[in-house]
Amino acid sequence: MTTSREMRAVYAETLVRLVESGRDIVILEADLMKATGTGPFAQRFPSRAVNVGVAEANLVGVAAGLSAGGKIPFAATFACFASRRAYDQFFLAANYAQLNVKLVGTDPGVTAAFNGGTHMPFEDLALMRAIPRLTIAEPSDPVSLAALTALAADTYGCWYLRLQRKPAPVLYEEHEQFTIGRAKVLRTGSRVTLVALGALMVREALAAADMLALEGIPATVIDALWLSPLDEQTLLSHMQCGCVVTCENHRIVGGLGSAVAELIAEKAPGTRLARIGVAADRFGEVGTQDWLAEHFGLTAPHIAAAARALVNGSEQAQTEPAGTGTDSRYH
Amino acid sequence: MNLSERSALERKAREIRGLTIEEIGYLGVGHIGGAMSIVDLLVLLYHRHMRIDPANPAWSDRDRLVLSKGHAGPALYAVLADKGFFPIDWLLTLNRGGTSLPSHCDRTKTPGVDMTTGSLGQGLSTAAGLALARAMDGLPGFVYCIIGDGESNEGQIWEAAMFAAHRRLSNLIVFADWNGMQIDGYTREVIDMDDITAKWTSFGWHACMVDGHDFEAMDAAIQEARERATPGREKPSIIILKTIKGKGCSFCEGQVSNHNMTYGIEQTMQALQALGVSPRLIPELLAQGR
Repeated sequence: MTTSREMRAVYAETLVRLVESGRDIVILEADLMKATGTGPFAQRFPSRAVNVGVAEANLVGVAAGLSAGGKIPFAATFACFASRRAYDQFFLAANYAQLNVKLVGTDPGVTAAFNGGTHMPFEDLALMRAIPRLTIAEPSDPVSLAALTALAADTYGCWYLRLQRKPAPVLYEEHEQFTIGRAKVLRTGSRVTLVALGALMVREALAAADMLALEGIPATVIDALWLSPLDEQTLLSHMQCGCVVTCENHRIVGGLGSAVAELIAEKAPGTRLARIGVAADRFGEVGTQDWLAEHFGLTAPHIAAAARALVNGSEQAQTEPAGTGTDSRYH
Repeated sequence: MNLSERSALERKAREIRGLTIEEIGYLGVGHIGGAMSIVDLLVLLYHRHMRIDPANPAWSDRDRLVLSKGHAGPALYAVLADKGFFPIDWLLTLNRGGTSLPSHCDRTKTPGVDMTTGSLGQGLSTAAGLALARAMDGLPGFVYCIIGDGESNEGQIWEAAMFAAHRRLSNLIVFADWNGMQIDGYTREVIDMDDITAKWTSFGWHACMVDGHDFEAMDAAIQEARERATPGREKPSIIILKTIKGKGCSFCEGQVSNHNMTYGIEQTMQALQALGVSPRLIPELLAQGR
């Protein structure tokens, strides 16, 4: 039976462990310590826990200053604020200044649920991906979260960690090794490749692969883990099937789907792509996470339908005379 | 500060003004006004107060300076070059492609520049972070930060103000260059900041206002601010400097249009003559044997 763990608890535990083993980490919060769940860290290391109050620009600025002073700052806030509200601070004082700031954006996409459209970032990845050299990762389970947090602490440079706070099932063995910019192939199948980012979408992609298997459409499932650097090598090696579906808890503009579309256009032309994510013309809304995931078309049936359409279209294209059927090559 | 010390600082400030006027004049355009208004402060800090080592810009125990009004970089570059952080002829490369001296301060490009700034309001937060890191490590010394009056319109200044006061960052000493002008006009007409000393005091800071072109007054204010590191008295300090934008630059002193202005070699020469200093940089001027 699969066990689940609360992701925020893993984040806090991991940071405690990293400080215990000698890393000079300081955590920063903007009056969301209760949400991020870093209270246990603050209790264990009160002098290393800094709450700046409701002031996200200052949150990121102070983190940059701490970095210049030799600390390893992990600054966390809701992903909507980490990206939209403190973008210039993160861009300039942290990234452009080539400092060592780890920015953690919690409650990505529909996981913001009852906080609603105002707090629902479907564009944080797009904004972050526009920043040169920034490492962008979204862990998919408690094991990858712990490993990526440790990698962030031990790798100089700015990071954006997209973090679902809520429980997520364990996908990986306890001692699984992770490398920056290397995706994980969770399952292999010959007809279509599902590339997913983050705990919610990896779970849905795996469920979609189960549905497709029942229909005789074997699917590869890749846990992207990293949006930047994107694991082009692993992705390209699984595009030989000719059909790719990207799955992201984000608008389809500027995030994983866009990154894979660019990769296909430049290095694997002819590959069919469908992007599962929030439509380009939609803002967030309020509701339960499950309702929102269905409402925005992020669930396994939507992924399976898109994959099915791609595979069927591919077969159709193969039976049609050359020069026709090109309209549906990119969805 | 005795008379000869003050005279030496005044002489150095004239030299730095001359270098800065040449530096920008050789390019032909730049942020001359806000650079000139902080020259006296920079000279006082770098020649009397700051623990630095030009041969070792990355010395971990050094005092730090965050020039939050990053567009005044050319004045800081003149001070750093004169101190020996880098060759003085680098000043002729200001803003040219591939330069180490960009319009706004960049910690990755210029030896002696401690923080990247230019998007106004950000430098005070990073200075607070630097001060906090030093306090956490029990390191001595101070983090100095220079903000502008126009910059004080930024909300982030006041976020950082609340934070530094709450953390009692007494190793943080801020200067506000109160020259009364910003890009679009007089500060009182764009956004009137009213009683700025009272504002900072009410935010929990030790705040005072002095003449930013009076070395003795600034020196006394810095001494007073440093005493805020005494246990039981800890507060961050801000010294509001009444300054004149373009101070000491004959063709633009006190002009509201001097934020970013175009001028050439001829005006440069006039300004140097008015200051009573000789050219040190511009080949055309040096060739005239002056």
